[in-house]
Amino acid sequence: MNKRYLFAFLVVFVLFLAAGLGSAVGLQWLFGVVIPYAAVIVFVAGFARKVLNWAASPVPFAIPTTGGQGRSFDWIPQAKIDNPSGGWGVLLRLLFEVLTFRSLFRNTRMRLKEEKIAYQLEIFLWVGALAFHYAFLTVLLRHTRFFLEPTPGCIQLLETLDSFFRVEILYPGIQFGLPAVYLSGFVLLLAVVYLTLRRILIPAVRYVSLVSDYFPLLLIFGIALSGILMRYVTKVDIRAVKELTLGLVTFRPTVPEGIGAVFYIHLFLVSVLIAYFPYSKLMHLGGIFLSPTRNLRGDTRAYRHVNPWNYPVPVHTYEEYEEEFREKMIEAGLPVEKELAEAAQEKE
Amino acid sequence: MAEAKPTPQDVLHRIQHSPPRSDWMETPVEIRKGMYCYAANPKSVATLGLPHPHAWNPVEDDWHLPENWQQIIHEGFKERLERFRSFKVFMDICVRCGACADKCHYFIGTGDPKNMPVLRAELLRSVYRNDFSRMGRILGKLNGARPMNFDVLREWWYYLFQCSECRRCSLFCPYGIDTAEITIMGRELLNLLGLNIDWIATPVANCYMNGNHLGIQPHAFKDMIDFFVDDIEEKTGVRVKPRFMEKGADILFITPSGDVFADPGTYTAMGYLMLFHYLEEKYGLKVTWSTYASEGGNFGFFTSHETMKRLNAKMYAEAKRLKVKWILGGECGHMWRVIHQYMDTMNGPADFLEVPVNPITGTRFEQARSTKMVHLVEFTADLLHHGKLEIDKRRNDYLNVTFHDSCNPSRGMGFFEEPRYVIRNVCNHFYEMPANTIREQTFCCGSGAGLNAGENMELRLAGGLPRANAVQHVHRKYGVNMLACICAIDRAALPALMDYWVPGVQVTGVHELVANALNLPGQNERTTNLRGEEFEELMAQAEGHTDEG
Amino acid sequence: MGEGLFDRIAKERTALLSRWFEAAVEAYAPDTVSFLKDRRDPFANPVGSRTRDGLETLFDQLIGEMEPQALTRGLDPILRIRAVQNLTPARAVGFVFALKRILAERFEGLASAEERRQIAELHERIDRMALAAFDLYMACREQVMELKANEMRYRTFRAFQRAGLVRPEHEQPSSEAEA
Repeated sequence: MNKRYLFAFLVVFVLFLAAGLGSAVGLQWLFGVVIPYAAVIVFVAGFARKVLNWAASPVPFAIPTTGGQGRSFDWIPQAKIDNPSGGWGVLLRLLFEVLTFRSLFRNTRMRLKEEKIAYQLEIFLWVGALAFHYAFLTVLLRHTRFFLEPTPGCIQLLETLDSFFRVEILYPGIQFGLPAVYLSGFVLLLAVVYLTLRRILIPAVRYVSLVSDYFPLLLIFGIALSGILMRYVTKVDIRAVKELTLGLVTFRPTVPEGIGAVFYIHLFLVSVLIAYFPYSKLMHLGGIFLSPTRNLRGDTRAYRHVNPWNYPVPVHTYEEYEEEFREKMIEAGLPVEKELAEAAQEKE
Repeated sequence: MAEAKPTPQDVLHRIQHSPPRSDWMETPVEIRKGMYCYAANPKSVATLGLPHPHAWNPVEDDWHLPENWQQIIHEGFKERLERFRSFKVFMDICVRCGACADKCHYFIGTGDPKNMPVLRAELLRSVYRNDFSRMGRILGKLNGARPMNFDVLREWWYYLFQCSECRRCSLFCPYGIDTAEITIMGRELLNLLGLNIDWIATPVANCYMNGNHLGIQPHAFKDMIDFFVDDIEEKTGVRVKPRFMEKGADILFITPSGDVFADPGTYTAMGYLMLFHYLEEKYGLKVTWSTYASEGGNFGFFTSHETMKRLNAKMYAEAKRLKVKWILGGECGHMWRVIHQYMDTMNGPADFLEVPVNPITGTRFEQARSTKMVHLVEFTADLLHHGKLEIDKRRNDYLNVTFHDSCNPSRGMGFFEEPRYVIRNVCNHFYEMPANTIREQTFCCGSGAGLNAGENMELRLAGGLPRANAVQHVHRKYGVNMLACICAIDRAALPALMDYWVPGVQVTGVHELVANALNLPGQNERTTNLRGEEFEELMAQAEGHTDEG
Repeated sequence: MGEGLFDRIAKERTALLSRWFEAAVEAYAPDTVSFLKDRRDPFANPVGSRTRDGLETLFDQLIGEMEPQALTRGLDPILRIRAVQNLTPARAVGFVFALKRILAERFEGLASAEERRQIAELHERIDRMALAAFDLYMACREQVMELKANEMRYRTFRAFQRAGLVRPEHEQPSSEAEA
């Protein structure tokens, strides 16, 4: 048993309970309005502070990790993305990194079969990470419908795509069947479960994992679970929810009647997540763009990078060197700046 | 303690066949013989005026630290966070996904979980969380934060000198977190307390005072080159005439001193001399050596940014004094990372030099437009591409060559095709190692970043295993008997690695291969290679080997 | 009965080898073990793959000819690695003895005289293997020590010597490595 994931689990569980109980004892204003506002303020201020704090430190040296053939002669093809030599190349490198997790994709493994080498992708982490991030993005975009009236066409399109297999089983007694099943929610849940289990079950990864690695995963698990519960099981009153959320964004907060506890749990966990975000490793979202091994051009001999704090340093000059070795240099037939006599004269 | 006599309890404990399972922060470090390098000689530390030179021994309980050492570390940490965005960002954004874990050759070879790159970085991050993050301090060890204390310091020292700054992990990191950068910062902090290793500190002092890591004085340097001249004459019948510190020469040539003073780099140095002689005879190109700037390598890079700059300054200074057009650099690994990514920034702009143009081919080295320093291998590749060298490849026919990409030219430059082009043009038999062990995914020799000492031989051999393992594969499959490289540390370290893991494979620099194949004007029969081995015998041996295989 | 026990062992080669491998990698930190076991790429995981290959060779020799060269071929890669990993000698060669335990667990309750004779024979073979392992481990350690002692001198001193930069009275007797 590991204290770290147990602790993270405990924290998420307490948060879960707190929101559930709170909304049950009439603290809807606190959980529906005050905390979300506070969380957003913390998020915006914290995020900005962190990024500005990073940006405040200069980049003294151009240290890209070169992942392919650098710019050379025109008869040697350059790896323009993995070792970019211009702004476009760098932009592409960053885009591929952000959109496809290109570095993670490099993980290949190989098998030797009868002296023949076969490569396979070490693909699970990459697929898991991609699934997680894209599902999260989709869910996030879908949720903008709660903050915009009328819902923009592109969001509706996204919803249609996301629910491309619409499950409508009509039980007797359930009038409208199940609402459209959004794939993204379930993918998110599965990906979170995979990433969490991976952390717990792979010894090397467990060895390095901290509370702050388990906590966001479990928190997001709680968010996805409460969201799914709300949508497919407890059937929250969407219109009342939208009234609340629109109230929040238009700064006329209201707490309509009849929204179940699950919604407050969901909203509270989301609030915790966004407030926690700027103070955690989740900032890798912003950090990737500021990573000097990825966002700089590789042809560093062609362009001079300027270090703002470059200061003069003591060096051992040629003159000092010759002073020490003059005699020996002359004896060995090495050229010198000053002959012995000249140097002796100067000393006098 | 590693050096102490084991007690009977220890003996019983050691017989247990499996080490205990425990949380990494609760597993105190055991500084083991064979894995660590000796402490820096205080005289060397003092030569450069670096902080707190003192005598100490890593396996003793008292490292004779300054009274306020924790404060020094804290302030040094803070200063570096403010100066280096890389450091700050890398402290914050790791998600511990584990992609880097099994990419480190020291982890693969030693099996020590604290050699996983992520953990090496966590050594510093744990202190960062405690010192610079409120949340970290509140949650403490539960969230991987711990205050700096002597045990932590020992752990830093032990593991930061088990990283060769090869950057293989950085390639696989989805955020580009570079353990080399973290190791560099950590070593800078250790240097604030005078805790360098001697294999780095003494070469640095030597280089500063005498121009090269080995501390060779100018006349001895010249003697050694003169010896090469005799040796070349003996083997080729041609007397080459190297130039030294000649004002107004076209090009200043700088190479790691290891090439001049240690086998088998010496044969590579002879290769340089023959190439320059050929170019002067045929095309009138004048290349000069310097004893003042007689070190291409830069162990300052393994000490601190400032020390790196102090040693590197000699290159431009000497080029300026000699009024050459541009600088040519020999085959070296970390030297080229320093030149490619740091030199211009630190000691430039080199506006007193010209944009390098090869006067023989007319090629303008656009890739070196600003730094004005060209890699000898790209220079030779350009000459070969334009058919300017008369080559007889048959003299390398007894060789089955493979190429080891050195870490720094690979992941700090992207220098892959140039050496391969040269090798293919001077050798008939070239074989690649498996794809996940070469080019940008290349494995370190196990001795980089100043770790090529003798006392840490176990670490070097274990860390070099992934590399040797790939060499063994091509040795068995294609009969590879020569491992070519473009790095002086490789040439110094790989022979021991080969002796131990893959006997029968020798090590060479690329320009030794070039020189063996190069037809010098007025040469003799050329019955031996530069090592003085008879071609006839070598060919017969090679054929014998092929028959067996 | 005849070759009974040996045949049975041969039949269970895969399962027994897999257990033996697990016992062998227990010499490493528990957090490393899964990497050694699961990474099948011989270039990404040379320790795991060399250990696996070595054990296979040894296993076949155990129930085969016990041919000295083949034993060396099986043992050397494993001990060569362990000699540079700073494992204690006990931990480095302990994997050979683990085989006794594994066989005992699998074939307990063998009672016939013939079976007992075969078990004794197996134990005797395992002991021989262990002794060979000690020898190889020590040979590797000695080679490491020799590299430690001679590398510098061999590379640098020899270059100076060739160049005639060493005064004759300072020349040292050539070591085996130089001969």
